[in-house]
Amino acid sequence: MLRVPDSSISRRLTWMNMLVSGVALLLSCAAFVAYDRVSFRQTMVQDLSIQAQMIGSTSVSAVLFDDPRAGEETLAALQAAPNVLAAGIYTPQRRLFAAYWRGARGRDLPLPSLPLRQTQAHWFGDGELALVRSVIFEGKPVALVYLRSDLSQMNARSRRYAEIGAAVLLASLSAAFLISWSSQRAISKPLVQLAQTARIVSRDKNYSVRATPPGNRDEIALLVDSFNEMLAQIQSRDGALRMAHDSLELRVQQRTAELTASNNELEAFSYSVSHDLRAPLRSIDGFSQALLEDYSAKLDAGGQDHLRRVRAATQRMSVLIDDLLNLSRLSRSAIRRETLDLSALAAAVAEDVRKSDPARRVEFIIAKDLAAEGDPQLLRVVMENLLGNAWKYTSSHPQARIEFGASQDNGRRAFFVRDDGAGFDPRYAGRLFGAFQRLHAATEFPGTGIGLATVQRIIHRHGGKVWAEGAVEKGATFHFSL
Amino acid sequence: MASNVILLVEDNPDDEALTLRALSKNNIKNQVVVARDGVEALDYLFGTGAYSGRDAHLIPQVVLLDLKLPKLDGLEVLRRLRADERTKLLPVVILTSSLEEQDRLRGYDLGANSYVRKPVNFNQFMEAVLQLGLYWLILNERPPLQGV
Repeated sequence: MLRVPDSSISRRLTWMNMLVSGVALLLSCAAFVAYDRVSFRQTMVQDLSIQAQMIGSTSVSAVLFDDPRAGEETLAALQAAPNVLAAGIYTPQRRLFAAYWRGARGRDLPLPSLPLRQTQAHWFGDGELALVRSVIFEGKPVALVYLRSDLSQMNARSRRYAEIGAAVLLASLSAAFLISWSSQRAISKPLVQLAQTARIVSRDKNYSVRATPPGNRDEIALLVDSFNEMLAQIQSRDGALRMAHDSLELRVQQRTAELTASNNELEAFSYSVSHDLRAPLRSIDGFSQALLEDYSAKLDAGGQDHLRRVRAATQRMSVLIDDLLNLSRLSRSAIRRETLDLSALAAAVAEDVRKSDPARRVEFIIAKDLAAEGDPQLLRVVMENLLGNAWKYTSSHPQARIEFGASQDNGRRAFFVRDDGAGFDPRYAGRLFGAFQRLHAATEFPGTGIGLATVQRIIHRHGGKVWAEGAVEKGATFHFSL
Repeated sequence: MASNVILLVEDNPDDEALTLRALSKNNIKNQVVVARDGVEALDYLFGTGAYSGRDAHLIPQVVLLDLKLPKLDGLEVLRRLRADERTKLLPVVILTSSLEEQDRLRGYDLGANSYVRKPVNFNQFMEAVLQLGLYWLILNERPPLQGV
């Protein structure tokens, strides 16, 4: 399960907030401190200037009366100013009149030059502030005062500001953290919950859960509502799908049951046909024969002919019944799918067919190594019918040629059996595969017309197609695909 | 003891007449006993019911058994006579119209010796009866009698 405190949205929001407040704070601190430093420098200069003026005014008489000791005493008062490092009074000729050093007596005190017509000038440098001021008495410059101060005050001030700033920054950042931490929950918590809910839905495929909307009506609430609505739709569709699936299953079951029932009925029907229809036929034939044998003296040629026709008709009917039974059995039997060598099968069937009349001159051309997938027994029936037909319909020719091979039909593999026998009129090709349909008289070629119907039924059960080409006396080609 | 009787179990009178005709036309002179349903057949074989008083040890040489019989089905007759010591080895030829696989399977499974389909064409039927006669009555060696 997800743990809310560690999710990335929460952290990102918090860090974002802290960053914003941190940056704002830093910028304002920096601005403030910079301004303060600038203005403090000005203040420092002012203070030093005031000190210089005071020194100047008090040392005027000392200079005028050329009393360096008085000047030094005046300067000694600077002891009270902790920042002043050194000071000096100079004559207008820039001769050092009196000097003062804080601490040990230092080096000489070079006087920086004062720009023309300026009463005062100051310089910041080397960690010191230097100031020179000209003393004016009764309109005339009588002395120059030079003061040097360190920047320790300013530095101390800056450092203090920095410390305060840091403390404030820390405090505000912590406060910002806490505040943003608690407030981001308002945003990230519903999002995280939403993500969690989505994860549960997709993992468990449970469409009945819903995300809890947050209290306020913002975009997140909108998202949650839309999400819930989507879930509701999915749930209802899923339910509908399930119902449809169930009802379909039910219908399939019903149909299967119906189909099985009808198949069973067909089985029973075929059984009774095979039994019950044949018995009367046998009687008809048997007693006709008995009549012919026992009462041939009493029957004239006409009567005998009638009986013979009766017997012939019963024979035909028996064959028809058998063919019908076989055809119906084919539709009911299960198909096995195996890979088999069609060439070998064709060759074997050709051999059998040849044995029925070894005297005939027939050439069999069978392509080698043609494999196919299908039910071996049913395909044998197909080959027996096709090759048997080819054999039968070339019987009127002195010699014949029967081929078996493979061809292409729109990119799909197909097979064919071709003969150069009696052929058929292509105008009637549509009737070729009908049950009991024949295009030749029984006197020309025997048969019931069930062979091709059987072939078609088998090929269709394999999901293939069967079709024929031919012309009268030019032979026929029967193609099939599996 | 063995007899040369052929037991024909057949309910259809036409088929019965034709079979007898075929047998006589083929010069098969054995006595033919006709049972018209399963019960009659068993009665004959075991000397019960209508045939009580017949010596059940006189078992026929061969039984020609049709399958579709009233009262007791052909296969049931076969089962019962195979269940009895006296008739367990009796040669039974199923002679029927049906070529249904299930009938053949059950027939052989229950111990029939042979299964012949009655052809519609009478000439073929005659031929079949001749073959059956030659085989079962002449060529085939009967099973040795037990308990006699």
